[in-house]
Parts: sequence; structure tokens; C-alpha cells
Amino acid sequence: MEECLTGSISLESERRTVRFKRPGILPGFWPALGFSLLYLSLIVLVPLSAIFLKTATASWAHFWAAATSPPVLASFRLSFGASFIAALVNAFFGFVLAWVLVRYRFPGKRLVDALVDLPFALPTAVAGIALTSLYTENGWLGRLLAPWGIRVAFTRLGVLVALIFIGVPFVVRSVQPVLEDADREIEEAALSLGANRWQVFTWVVFPLVRPALLTGFAMAFARGLGEYGSVVFIAGNMPMRTEIAPLLIITKLEQYDYTGATAIALVMLVASFLLLLGINLIQWRSRRFAEAA
Amino acid sequence: MTRIRRIFAVSAFLVGGFAQAGQGPVTLLNVSYDPTRELYQDYNAAFVKYWKAKTGVDVVIKQSHGGSGKQARSVIDGLEADVVTLALAYDIDAIAEKTGLLPKNWQSRLPDNSSPYTSTIVFLVRKGNPKRIHDWNDLVRPGISVITPNPKTSGGARWNYLGAWGYALRQFGNDEAKAQDFVARLYRNVPVLDSGARGATTTFVERGIGDVLLAWENEAFLAIHELGKDKFDLVVPSVSVLAEPPVSLVDKVAARHGTTAVAQAYLEYLYSPAGQEIAARNYYRPRFKEVAAKYGDRFPRLKLFTVDELFGGWQKAQKTHFEDGGVFDRIYQPGK
Repeated sequence: MEECLTGSISLESERRTVRFKRPGILPGFWPALGFSLLYLSLIVLVPLSAIFLKTATASWAHFWAAATSPPVLASFRLSFGASFIAALVNAFFGFVLAWVLVRYRFPGKRLVDALVDLPFALPTAVAGIALTSLYTENGWLGRLLAPWGIRVAFTRLGVLVALIFIGVPFVVRSVQPVLEDADREIEEAALSLGANRWQVFTWVVFPLVRPALLTGFAMAFARGLGEYGSVVFIAGNMPMRTEIAPLLIITKLEQYDYTGATAIALVMLVASFLLLLGINLIQWRSRRFAEAA
Repeated sequence: MTRIRRIFAVSAFLVGGFAQAGQGPVTLLNVSYDPTRELYQDYNAAFVKYWKAKTGVDVVIKQSHGGSGKQARSVIDGLEADVVTLALAYDIDAIAEKTGLLPKNWQSRLPDNSSPYTSTIVFLVRKGNPKRIHDWNDLVRPGISVITPNPKTSGGARWNYLGAWGYALRQFGNDEAKAQDFVARLYRNVPVLDSGARGATTTFVERGIGDVLLAWENEAFLAIHELGKDKFDLVVPSVSVLAEPPVSLVDKVAARHGTTAVAQAYLEYLYSPAGQEIAARNYYRPRFKEVAAKYGDRFPRLKLFTVDELFGGWQKAQKTHFEDGGVFDRIYQPGK
């Protein structure tokens, strides 16, 4: 074991020495880095700093009042809660879906594969309207659920359904390539060493996929936080109950309350950044763990 | 931000300047709200003809529609409107206040509070009125599902809300607490709050949700005529609010475009017999008695109160009812 691992250990140690510019085979490091930074600044940082600047013009009291009024707090709970649950659901079913698409052959597989991307491509308003008409009490699905007293359209459950719908491709598309690349021989080795199927899954396959799964989860979660188009149709938008935070931003803007809108935006921005950073850290650690193992 | 806006404004101006240099037709941009689409399509065609005959100049009129508040915000953010024709004075006030593009006394510059046509709030119900909805007090009955948009975002919804409030005030001898309770009960019957009037109409008409839609009179007529008389009935309540959608020149933009004269004429023509006819044809109540008489049977008679009478003007109504922490917020917060 020792001997065959030396290669990867030396690689590991080299990776740990942090050097700003690693001599690479590819030329053009500086132009590439410069371009990336410029691009990132123009596309991401400038709009974001505009939010900060806009907030800076307001008084702290106004900011605080806008960010902590009861409807706003209720919308934060809904947005973060529903996005988190939706991302969890998607992490599970998205993984299953990716697994099925990679490991099995069946007729219509390509079609299913293409269907996965549909929530990416579909205008979100279309998705929202379609889901709403399905789940209202006289819609196809809503009619079946109504006798059990389950109402989806215009409730928090509806928000969840919409977020699950738009989030699923993120998990599938991040897990799928990793599963495809996973060496079947490692699994066979584990099997031949006496592991049962469940052990192979929990000790071999899952650790390999975990970083990708976390990425998918994080992206689905982040998308859920920002999602507006599909949710506003199915949510019913009742104050204190089914108003999502992005809708409140729009509402504030329509009332010419720019400070209120940017206050909500800023809280969302900081909270999602911290959450994504946290997820990235976990992912980073689990990748190191996977590589070290 | 302002700098970017300035760059945009300058480049828009340059582009505009080049376009004008070619001696093409004069272009006007009318920024309006949702339900006036059909009205201004008709009116623009008529005005283009009128202006050509009068001055020999071709005018091209561009239209922009959307929720009234959203449209006002676009103008504040730099949409170069020569004229605005919005759902309520409050939105034009906001433009005047935030940008100074037009004077604060804009509303006194044209007759009738700058509202060449009026409308009111009526009910649209399913054919045959199965839930027997005849007046505002039927809307608070348990089991009635009412469709109206969110008054914080929709101009039309604010008229709906004030209509209900005004009815309650009359009913309960001006008791504000009882009026608030009435309106709170009404909103408890609302299953979904769309952000704009067109959205609410879609919810009611296309998606079949709700027993009654609170709508602009012109929007209700349009729904009936476009989507079938066999599906909906119009119910006129005993009393409602006189909606006065105002129009105004955006002075500084028009001056910059060199379109002040034509923009002014565009608005004044709305008050001509021809303009009033077009408004009436599109189910807006004309101000001219003669035109109103001609279309008399189209507009049912009911008691109408104005926002100034009952609420002391839009600024005050907005502050009391729709601002954050106002009455509308409170009716949704338990224990308050």
C-alpha cells in the first residue's frame, strides 16, 4: 500500500505548498487570470457593490426597520426554509435520477436525460403557470389531492413544489459526470474484498460523489433563494404566509421604497454568501478527505 | 449608478439626436398602465391622422404598458417618456417628486384633475351569478372567493380596496374600526394576491379561480366582450369609487426631445369630442356630457365617491393604508 501511494502523496504535498503562480504547461496565465478577474468584476462584483452602495445611502434605522419588519422576517423564513427543504429533496431524488441514468440502460433513456434539463430552459413563468393550473383545486393533480385535504396551489407547499421543479437539474447534472467517471474497478475490488453492496455504496461510491452532490445541493439551494418567476404564480403571495423574499423586493420597488428593497437584497446576499461559503468549506474538506483516503 | 444612468441618458440622447437629424417623423413615447392597451391603440391612430391633417407632420407614437407603479418606476429610472398616462395620481406624483421632470402642480394643468376619462370598480362574476353576489357586503360572506391584486403593487387594486373601504364607511356611519374589520374580512376571502390587475384578470378568467373578480369597469367589459358573454356577468355594486386615471406631460423629457408641442396636443386631444368618443368606445367613462349621453346605457348609474372626498387625497390614502405598517399590512398580521 505504502509504495503504490507515494505518487499521490507527493502530488498532495505539492498541492499544499501554496504558490501564486504554478509553472504550467499552458501559456497565457496572466492574460487568462486578468480576463477572469475583469469578467468577474463586470458581471458579478459591480452589480453587487451597487447594492451595497445603495444601502449605504440609507440611515441605519431605516435599514434595520425594513429588514426586520414582520412580513420581511416571515418571507426570509419561507425563502430560506423552502429552498433548503427543496434542495434536500432534490439532493436525494436527483442522486437517484443520476444513478439510474448512469448505471442502467433502458429504452427512452436519452429522452429522460433530455427532460432533466427542461427546468433549466423553460421560462420560469411558464413553469409557474403550468404548475399552478395543475395543482389548483380543479386542476389535474389538485383534484386528486383535494379529497385528502392537501392543498398545493397558493400554499407554502406550492412554493416547495415550484422550487423542487426548478432545482432538480442542478443536482443531476453535477452528480452525473462524477458517477460516469467513477472507476467501476474500485467497486469490484471492494466487492472482491468482501464488502456487501450497501458497504460498497456507503464507503466507496458515496464518498466519491459527495463533493458533487454538495455542489448540486448548493446550486439548487441558491437557485431556490433567488427564484421568482415560477414561485409567484403558485404561491398566492399572501402577506406573512406565502410571500417569498424576492417578491417583497419587487413589492418594495413598486412602492418606490428603494432602501427597503436593497435592505432585503443585502440580507439575502450576505446570508446566501455565508451559506454557500459554508457548503464550499464542507465540500473542500470532503474532497480532501476523498483524495487522502 | 447615477453616472451610469447619465452615460445611458447621454448615449440615448445622441442616438435620438442622430435619428432626429434625419428629419424622420416625430416620435412620442406614451408610458401607460395595463388596461389601456386597447384604448391607446385606437386613440393613437386617430391622433396621428389628426396631427397630420393639422400640421402635416407625421407622428409615431410608441406605447409602453405594465403595472402603473412599475411604469412610474421605469420613468424614474430613466425611461424617456414624453407623456405618462397612469392609473393614479400618486404614481405621477412620485415621478415629479423623485426626478423633478415635471412640476409638482402637474395635476392642475389640464381640466378635470388631468383625468380626461374616468372609470370605476365593478364585479365580474361567473355566468348566472351562482353565488348571488350583488354588493360589497356579499364579498365578506364566508365561502366566497374574491380575486383582487395586491394593493401595494397594483394601482387598480388600490381602487378596489378603497372602494370596499368607502362602502363600509357609508354602511357603518363612518366608523373607521368597523370599516377596517370589513376590509379585513374581505381580504380573508382572497386566495391569491396577484401583483397587477391583468394578472388578477388572468387568474379569474383563464384559470377559473374565484367567484368574483374586482375589476376596472373597462377591464370587466373587455373580459366579457373578448372572452364570451356566456361565461361572465357584470355586477354593479350600489356604490363605488370614482377612479380618475390621470395624464401628464413629462416636461423635461419632452423639452429634450423637442416634442413639447405635439405631446401637449396629444393630451389635449383626449378632451376633444373625438378623443372622448374613443374613450367611451373603449369602456372608459367620458367627461363630456354629450358623449356620455350617447353611450348612456353602456355605463350603469351608481353612486360614486372620489378619493379626495373620502380619504383626503392620494398622498394621505397611500400613507394610511398602503405604506409599510399601514392598515393593509396590519390586517394580515395576527394580534394587531
